[in-house]
Amino acid sequence: MKITLKIWRQKNNATKGSFKTYQLDHVSPDMSFLEMLDVLNGDLISKGEESVAFDHDCREGICGACSLYINGRPHGPQQTTTCQLHMRSFQDGDSIVIEPWRAKAFPVIRDLVVDRAAFDRIQQSGGYVSVNTGGVPDGNEIPIPKKVADEAMDAAACIGCGACVAACKNASAMLFVSAKVSQLALLPQGKPERKERVERMVAQMDSEGFGACTNTGACEAECPKGISLTNIARMNREYFAASLSSYEIVSKGGGD
Amino acid sequence: MNWFTKLLTSTLGRKLFMALTGLFLILFLVIHLIGNLQLLKEDEGHAFNVYAKFMTSNPLIKTVSYVNYACIIIHVIWALLLTRKNYAARGVERYAVSKNSSPWTSRNMGILGTLILIFLVIHLQGFWYQMHWGGIPTKNYDGEDVKDLFATVDFAYTQPLWVIIYVVSMVALAFHLWHGFASAFQTLGVNHLKYNPVISFVGKAFAIIVPALFALIPIWMYLH
Amino acid sequence: MKLDSKIPEGPLAEKWTKHKFNLKLVNPSNKRKYDVIVVGTGLAGASAAASLAELGYNVKAFCFQDSPRRAHSIAAQGGINAAKNYQNDGDSVYRLFYDTIKGGDYRAREGNVHRLAEVSVNIIDQCVAQGVPFAREYGGLLANRSFGGAQVSRTFYARGQTGQQLLLGAYSALNRQISNGKVKMYTRTEMLDVVLVDGQAKGIVVRDLVTGKIEAHSAHAVLLCTGGYGNVFYLSTNAKGSNVTAAWRAHKKGALFGNPCYTQIHPTCIPVSGDHQSKLTLMSESLRNDGRVWVPKVAKPGLKAKDAASIPEADRDYFLERKYPSFGNLVPRDVASRNAKYMCDEGRGVGPTGLAVFLDFADAIKRDGRKTIEAKYGNLFDMYKQITGDNPYEVPMMIYPAVHYTMGGLWVDYNLMTSVPGLYALGEANFSDHGANRLGASALMQGLADGYFVIPYTIGDYLAGTSSAKISTDRPEFKEAIDKATSTINKLLSIKGKKTVDHLHRDLGHIMWEYCGMSRNAEGLKIAKGKIQALKAEFWENVNVLGGSNELNQELEKALRVADFIELGELMVDDALNRGESCGGHFREESQTPDGEAQRKDDEFAYVSAWEYKGEGQPEVLHKEELKFENVKLTQRSYK
Repeated sequence: MKITLKIWRQKNNATKGSFKTYQLDHVSPDMSFLEMLDVLNGDLISKGEESVAFDHDCREGICGACSLYINGRPHGPQQTTTCQLHMRSFQDGDSIVIEPWRAKAFPVIRDLVVDRAAFDRIQQSGGYVSVNTGGVPDGNEIPIPKKVADEAMDAAACIGCGACVAACKNASAMLFVSAKVSQLALLPQGKPERKERVERMVAQMDSEGFGACTNTGACEAECPKGISLTNIARMNREYFAASLSSYEIVSKGGGD
Repeated sequence: MNWFTKLLTSTLGRKLFMALTGLFLILFLVIHLIGNLQLLKEDEGHAFNVYAKFMTSNPLIKTVSYVNYACIIIHVIWALLLTRKNYAARGVERYAVSKNSSPWTSRNMGILGTLILIFLVIHLQGFWYQMHWGGIPTKNYDGEDVKDLFATVDFAYTQPLWVIIYVVSMVALAFHLWHGFASAFQTLGVNHLKYNPVISFVGKAFAIIVPALFALIPIWMYLH
Repeated sequence: MKLDSKIPEGPLAEKWTKHKFNLKLVNPSNKRKYDVIVVGTGLAGASAAASLAELGYNVKAFCFQDSPRRAHSIAAQGGINAAKNYQNDGDSVYRLFYDTIKGGDYRAREGNVHRLAEVSVNIIDQCVAQGVPFAREYGGLLANRSFGGAQVSRTFYARGQTGQQLLLGAYSALNRQISNGKVKMYTRTEMLDVVLVDGQAKGIVVRDLVTGKIEAHSAHAVLLCTGGYGNVFYLSTNAKGSNVTAAWRAHKKGALFGNPCYTQIHPTCIPVSGDHQSKLTLMSESLRNDGRVWVPKVAKPGLKAKDAASIPEADRDYFLERKYPSFGNLVPRDVASRNAKYMCDEGRGVGPTGLAVFLDFADAIKRDGRKTIEAKYGNLFDMYKQITGDNPYEVPMMIYPAVHYTMGGLWVDYNLMTSVPGLYALGEANFSDHGANRLGASALMQGLADGYFVIPYTIGDYLAGTSSAKISTDRPEFKEAIDKATSTINKLLSIKGKKTVDHLHRDLGHIMWEYCGMSRNAEGLKIAKGKIQALKAEFWENVNVLGGSNELNQELEKALRVADFIELGELMVDDALNRGESCGGHFREESQTPDGEAQRKDDEFAYVSAWEYKGEGQPEVLHKEELKFENVKLTQRSYK
């Protein structure tokens, strides 16, 4: 296969980027999309040009490192991660435009690599159950209906790749945040902190500069792990209920 | 920041107000439509004029109408605020190529809303302002002077431009509702596998039937 | 050097309990005076960092990925073992211990393995409390499955994403401590060296992968939780970034490397499709429950999956069923892998490269119906179709073995401390618990056991005897390490040769796979050693690394890692050559039974090989830690 690539090149966050066009003449349909980029990079290095930087790691669709906005869609034409996309999804002679995720909260580091630390900071703001190691009850002391466990698992399947933000016209992170909020709101283990959790995670999400949700459903349509919009509705419920009912108690400290 | 301002300024809170005001306006559309349908009665505007009088004088209705105005203003201002934030959230550099995997209506609520807003201005200036402060001749029904709004409306709908504006605006409204109706429920957190199909069906039916009936009135009156 | 494994005396079941009591404690109010560095944030690293921070230590955690959540633990599919005996099917701590020792072909320590089995039950409780959505039965209790040929159902799972869910659990615990200010997290930061002060590990040197800045960090103890080194083979099921650098640099600073030649090769991976191949994808082992493995009886070069149906039943060789009638397609990983290799060596392999065998579901679909098969393996079939373009409901799958896990790693004692005081290794990075072969669903168990339930106890014993005075990174030891790292980078950038890093890495992979892969012999290993040495020389003369050092430079990152892989490769070959027996994942052709099966030699090789680095160009020195078996009787595996 012959492929024409139009790739966003940007030295670093301080300099302006632009598209560069490359030609690849011997692309095998069995190559993964990232392997095609490996081949391109090998060619570039042989010609003395610097390789195209892109994020990737596990290359089996689970780590969430790979990104790439391919021909106007996050992770390309199929509902998988970029690393699971294969060149047989394209035609001989195709032109492919590759851009980084574009969002204010995901600044470009270099070429196609963006900084998704905002996602980590949102998780740090409350995406956990406050239990220390040790001293926890037996796993079977907390019975959880199968349906609830399955639904929590559906939400927990999020890989944190950021395709939802990339796909959303508002660069909203609602699907990502709501997946974690949902997982822990559904499970009994998450219930004690559910109000504070959703309030803190939403506040962090807003302060990172993500947009608001306008229920377009683009995130769900592009999510490689099929995370559902139901989670966003659940987070809305959780958030409004928390806003209306939560209050703070100032601890007096002391004791003995 | 107290909890209410926090709620009000968060993206979720703003969306909450969009949804609540939107749903109120949807409710208003129903009332408005019921009233407007009186235009179709062949009684030379009697029923309609009585209704118009009632709507501008009943204290309860008046209170509700103020809420309605507030809803329109909040809905518009919040939409502007959100749109600005959403636009900024994409960042300075925009995508060169973008294929959309979401419905057209959902992505263009702002444009549709703007069309509806322009229409509202024309509409309010044409009828509502006239009714309140304009010099509308009166008719006497059973000894009571009632402004003959029907005549104003009837005259307006003899002009093709007015009819076209109305019909086009109702199309915009239909598209706005096509997404907005179900979206409001989603924002409020009403999303349940059992009821989603119902909400979606009612929303789409509403988005077709209500604007269609609204649009029918000028067409019908124009043809008569 | 005298190796002291510090295994406590006393009856097996009481060793850990007694040891915990004997370990020194750090006073709660003193814990905040101690700094601990954790390198790597997979299951072992994230759980250790979180647990130590909860205790009150100040933790600095480092990962080369952009987020701790991306560590390769995330890719584990099958599950995690625990001796809960929830199924009332006869499981116990002792049985898990026994299965693990036996599965490891009697090349692991009894004491370590028993401890692992003991704490396995706590891990499940811990993960449940964190909100890990394990599979449940309709009654709401935890579900189990039997995995990897185990006789009991002791594997807990979260769909086919158990590793992901456990990692996200540990990540959430880590996040909580980051938010509490007890863990300072450094992402996109790669460790380049460990720093010793007076013979004790007191810090590390790292490179910020975004700015290229090289910095030193000091602490009172350093934990390496940096995973395995399967990528020495270039193609493996590991993530592209998985590397040996941290462990290797520690090795060069004095930490012994244990059993480097023990590699686990997984039989059911998607075969290589061409030279462009960058990694291999594992398909769950469970496929062998219903799929039948075969090749044509006579070589049919280039046979495609869609033409498989044209081979009549009589002309097919179901070689596993033929050779191992009682286990059939369910023989252990190493046996299945090796036999697939033999078929391909005979020229009977299928597919365009001839390096694949069929895994056929036609009979299972005929027997159980497509629906049943879809319910069991739907996801896997979809994944296979996505990658290969073939539909396994209609044509047989093609599979081939691939490197999956490395049992070898830094040598550690019972406290998980390497031979360098204050330097610990946890998870796959250490050599400890799996012997010569790892059981399915045991890697997750070991990573979390080390991080949650071992290191929080054992580290105190060391720190209690160490001064809590802050260590200045202005000390000459740090400066020296920074200078060394800087000069290595400058050297790599100045070579400007003709070959890309990937090219040289691929060459290394070919050598390792050919001579130090599924089946090894002395002659081949000697050839490999020569080839690796030549490759090393070529690397340092002819590698082409473009770009600068003060920026995100992915080629430079790879080059630094490959340089270490090459050196490790040579040590693996040395170790494989030394181990003149077949055991676990290590098959030496000179050591087989008359009918061609692996022959272990307990009288000669019942020891851990621990290699000591002696300097550039010097042969490494072998130390032997004798393995004593007081509780289990050593038996030869048989699957006939």
